[in-house]
Parts: sequence; structure tokens; C-alpha cells
Amino acid sequence: MRLLQLWAFDFCQLLFMNTSDSEEDSYNERSALVQSESPTIPSYNQDHDMSLPQETDSKRRRPVSSGLDEPGPVERERASTPDGEEEELTLKYGAKHVIMLFIPVTLCMVVVVATIKSVSFYTEKSSQRLIYTPFEEDPNSVGQRLLNSFLNTIVMISVIVVMTIILVVLYKYRCYKFIHGWLILSSLMLLFWFSFMYLGEVFKTYNVAMDYPTLVMIIWNFGVVGMICIHWKGPLRLQQAYLIVISALMALIFIKYLPEWSAWVILGAISIYDLIAVLCPKGPLRMLVETAQERNEPIFPALIYSSAMVWMVGMADSSNPGSGESFTIIYKYFFPQDNEMLWVKLGLGDFIFYSVLVGKAAATGGDWNTTLACFVAILIGLCLTLLLLAIFKKALPALPISITFGLVFYFSTDNLVRPFMDSLAAHQYYI
Amino acid sequence: KCYQTKRSQKKDTNRANIIGLISFDGSVLYLSVHEDTVIRLHCCAVEVFFGCAFIAFGPSFALFVFTIAKDPLRVIILIAGAFFWLLSLLLSSLVWFIAIKASNSQDLTLQRGLLIFGVFFSVLLQEVFRFAYYRLLRKATEGLAAISDDDGSAISVRQMAYVAGLGFGIMSGAFSMINILSDSLGPGTVGIFGDSQYYFITAALMTLALTLLHTFWGVVFFEGCEKSRWWVIAAVVSLHLLVAGLSLLNPLYEGSLPPVYVITLATGVWAFFSSGGSLHSLSALCTRRKAEGESS
Repeated sequence: MRLLQLWAFDFCQLLFMNTSDSEEDSYNERSALVQSESPTIPSYNQDHDMSLPQETDSKRRRPVSSGLDEPGPVERERASTPDGEEEELTLKYGAKHVIMLFIPVTLCMVVVVATIKSVSFYTEKSSQRLIYTPFEEDPNSVGQRLLNSFLNTIVMISVIVVMTIILVVLYKYRCYKFIHGWLILSSLMLLFWFSFMYLGEVFKTYNVAMDYPTLVMIIWNFGVVGMICIHWKGPLRLQQAYLIVISALMALIFIKYLPEWSAWVILGAISIYDLIAVLCPKGPLRMLVETAQERNEPIFPALIYSSAMVWMVGMADSSNPGSGESFTIIYKYFFPQDNEMLWVKLGLGDFIFYSVLVGKAAATGGDWNTTLACFVAILIGLCLTLLLLAIFKKALPALPISITFGLVFYFSTDNLVRPFMDSLAAHQYYI
Repeated sequence: KCYQTKRSQKKDTNRANIIGLISFDGSVLYLSVHEDTVIRLHCCAVEVFFGCAFIAFGPSFALFVFTIAKDPLRVIILIAGAFFWLLSLLLSSLVWFIAIKASNSQDLTLQRGLLIFGVFFSVLLQEVFRFAYYRLLRKATEGLAAISDDDGSAISVRQMAYVAGLGFGIMSGAFSMINILSDSLGPGTVGIFGDSQYYFITAALMTLALTLLHTFWGVVFFEGCEKSRWWVIAAVVSLHLLVAGLSLLNPLYEGSLPPVYVITLATGVWAFFSSGGSLHSLSALCTRRKAEGESS
């Protein structure tokens, strides 16, 4: 069982890696709170990538094939607006959309932290490792451990880069079916296998006796409804809930299987990669966006947290059926005269990595102050990124600012604030 | 809080004849005082947790739900206020940490003195960051007015003052209380080394007072900055120092809690009058309620 799990997990990992690359790209662009018509790929996707590379691909594919005319009209509409009006519209919806992003990010983090604190499975160190972090961390020697974590990071990031490039190539040569199938396979893995694992661990923690028929029915229903919601149609709230759940599951897998120090270095490296991939002219994500714009296709709406406006926009824009857009946290700049909707997209991968950071803060040490500090730091980073998006009006990476703040606050709270607050609490001094 | 529930005569031949702890199964503590006697103490872990959580966070949670949650801009200002308080805490912890590392760790009085210095320095730094947040909000007022809702109702400085103060208060309360709350879920014994039995409840009460105080100070402070009344700022800083100083009297709770609550009440009244309230508006509120009640 263990062997099978490991194999399956590695298989997933492989899939994820592939998907994640594409997703990462997609969501890197996306997560940059794009105000343009190009959807930002939710970080979701990235995380999703980890677990279900297939999913992200399929998800991305779908938007591309379905929303062919999307970028066009949106672009045209944007171009036709006078600048001042555009500016006003952009700013007008700023605060509301920040909150629309805060809520799912918060929910995902809450799910991850609650699981970490209650189910011990995700904090137990196992001998299994992802094939993407092959170097074992030796707790005895600091230098060796640091070196191994850097090597792990290099391996992981290069796999992600390769995956992203493969995705861009696949997209360029229009291998949509392949990506679609990949995405579906990855969602299957995530919705059925990982949720089965999760449920099993929860039952073990609370010592709940469960029979297999009931379990099969629960998992089957959960998975099938998830597949339908994610890949086809479903109520908006249900889709959003599924996206949050799969991001949380992905983040938990990362928290469990990434070695201690490697996880932190990987978080830092991936935000740097996000920055480069989205902003550099030759970055894979940027190339993806540009290719999609050339073809007048929406960029990978798959695995995006969707808001209610998706359906309305879908109906208004005849070339864009809503299903492909369902997961996107879409801030699509829709420019009608009387019916203004401002869309922002955040990638699933961003969700996943935010939750990984907060989850790791919760897992190590058991100090709630550190978790709270990381949570506030990430939210403020997201706020700042959205502010930058409102100012620059182009695709921006959503990871760097939040992850930097999160890392800074994690290490400083853990090492500086914790002893201070503990001493204060011991004497009951209040500041 | 542990209290004795009943004394049971049990013949327990396996127990040694010692006065001490036999077992603690998470909620019930068995103490042996004699060969034949076992005292059973009941520690209510979950009740302590919920009671202290509601005392410490109830009012601020209610304030959040009723006044802040509906408006996205206020939520953002709240979280940014919490962030600024966190920054101030970070810097003051850094200073304290450096002082600790540079000093002799064996000298307990020196360590305690450094901690007290840390407390006062942290208070001063919090007020500095409150001022910095005020400047930031003033600068951003025009921008905020643009990104507010459709109906164009920009947020006023007084509302921002209240929200910023509440942000400071919530974060300060959370950092003081959350670890204590999670410990109160047990298992454990309060005051096993002779400390006070009232640790949790006094912590919760103090946290509540500080949260409310931060809110009131926020209102008063911003108003003082707006009207350039620097004596107001000095008063807020000295009140904060006074409250922190009073907390140094713990565990002598009679010396710390009642004065702090008196100060809270007084500051609340001051904030009410400073933000434009008056006895007239209070009575108008009551009569309008009465009139509405009569008409409906």
C-alpha cells in the first residue's frame, strides 16, 4: 500500500510538475493580478500543478479553446475607452476585488492550518521524498543540510522551468487535446486519491470507525461532483469551494513531502522565478501570454477561482462559454457602457504557495503568533501587489511580494518576537 | 482554574503514600494525600478556553462584524493597521533581543530590567508607528477616495482613526492571548509552581482592556494629529506607558486590573467626545429610539 502510494504520488508529482509548469506560467502571469483581458492563472494552478499537472493543462486548454474571442473584444473595448475613464474604473473596484481575493486565500489558509494543527500525519517526517527533492537533509551537519536544500531547490526549479517550457511549446503547436487530457488526469488524482488519503488521516486522528462502502460512496460523490464542477458547469460557490479544497490538499502534500529547509529555499526561489518568468521579455510565462494574445485566445482560465461575474461575462460574450472560465479568479476587464465589471485573476499556484508558507509556519514550533504574523504579512503583500496592478495595469507576479513578506515575518517572528512575547506572558506584562 | 470537586475515599494499594500527582487524564487530576484518600480535582479546560476567548475577543469581534466587515476599504485599513502594529513589535523585539544577547544571561535582575525596558520601548515604538500610519492614511486619502465604492462615499479621517485603532487593538490582543488560549485547552495545571490561579481570566480581561484602549487611543490620536494638538499625543503616549507600567504590577491583580479599566472607561468617554459625540447626541439617540419604538 505504501509502495503504491509512493508510486502514485510520484506519478502525480510527475504530472504535477508538468502541469505546474504550465500552470505556474499561466498563473504566474495571472497571479500577477492582470487587469488586462488575459486571465491570470491562479496560483491554484501552480499548486494544482504540483498535484495535478494534468488538471492545469486541461484547465488551461479549455479556456483557450472556448474563449477564442475573449481577448479580442476586451482588448478592443479597453482601447476604445479614454484613459481617464479606464483609470477611474480600475480604481473604483480596487477595494472590493482585494476583499474578493482575501476571502478565498484566507479560507485556504484556514483549512491548511486547521489540518496541520489537528492531523499529525502532515507534520510527521516520512522517509519518502518527492523525486523532485532527491537530496536528503542531514540534521546533523548545518553546512551539508544547507547545501542539500539548495541542490533540492535547483532540481525542483529546473523541473518547473522544463515543464513550463514544454507547456509553452505544446501550446504553441496547439496540442490542446494533450494538455486537456493531462489536466483531467491530474484533477482525477487530486480529487480522488489525495482526498481519500486526507479523509483516511482525519479518521485516524479522531478515531472514527468507517467502513469501506460508506467511504467509497463519499469519495466517489466528492470526486465526481468535483470533476463536473471543475471541468464543466456547476454552482459558483461550489466551484470556489472545490478550488479552495484542492489548493489546500496540494499545499498539504507539499508541506508533508518537502524537507524542512528545502521548503523554505524553494519558496524563495519560486517567487524569484515567478518574477523573472512574468516580467522578463523572454520569460516563458510572458511568451505564453503573448502567444495567447496573438491568437486572441484567453490564457488558461483553468484552475482559476471564479467569481460570479464569470457567468455574466460568459453570456455577454458569445464566444466565451462560462465553463472554461469557471475556476478563474477572474478580474476580466469588461468594458461595457453601463455594465462595468473589473476582473482580476489570481492563479491557483499562488493559493498553494501562500498556504504552504502559512502551513509550515503552523507546523514548526506550534506557535500561533508566527502563523498569525505570516498570515497578515501575506495578506498585506497581496494588497500591495493589487495596488501595483492598479498602477501598472499589466501582468504582475503575485508571489514575490507576499512570499518575501511572509518569509521575513516568519523568521523574525520565530526568532525575535517569540522569546519576547513568551517572557512577557510569563510575567503577565502587557505592551 | 482548578478547584476541588469531591474527596473520595479510595483504597488504592498500588499508590505510594505520597502527597503528589497520580494521574492527569486531560481533565481530571488525581492527587494522593494519604494511602486511603484520593482528591479529585476537575480542571475545566474547554470552558476556560471558551470563556477566556469570548472575554478577550468578543467585543472586538462584534465591532468587526457590525462596523467593519461590510466595507472592503475598512477591512483593508484594519489589516494594514494590524500590519503596522506587527512591524512595531518586530522592531522592539529586535532591540530587546540584541540587548538580551549582549548581556549576562545568568543575572536574573538584569534580565528582568531589560524586559521592563523592552516593554516601555515597545510602547513608544507602537505610538511612533501609529503616527506613521496616520501619515500614510492622510497621504492616501485622495487615492482611497478614488477606489471607494460607486456611491462615492470616501472614508473620513475619523472612521479611519477608529478602524486603525481597532486594527492595532485586535493584533495586540491576538498576540497577547492566542498562545495562552491554545495552552488553556490543556492538558495542564494552573499555578503548579505557586503562581496565581487566576492567570487565564486576568489575561483575558487585560487583553480586552488593551484592545478597547487601542481603539480609543486611535480615535483620540488621529484627532489630535488632525487638529495639531500635540498635548493630546503626549497624553496618549503617557497613558499607554501608564497602562504598561500598571501591568508590571501583575500578579498583584488588584493593582493592575481596576485602574486599567478605569483608564479604559475614561479614555472611551474622551474618544466619544473627541470624535464629535455629545450628551445631546446621546439623548437624541435615546429619544429617536423611543420615537421609532413608539411609531413602529
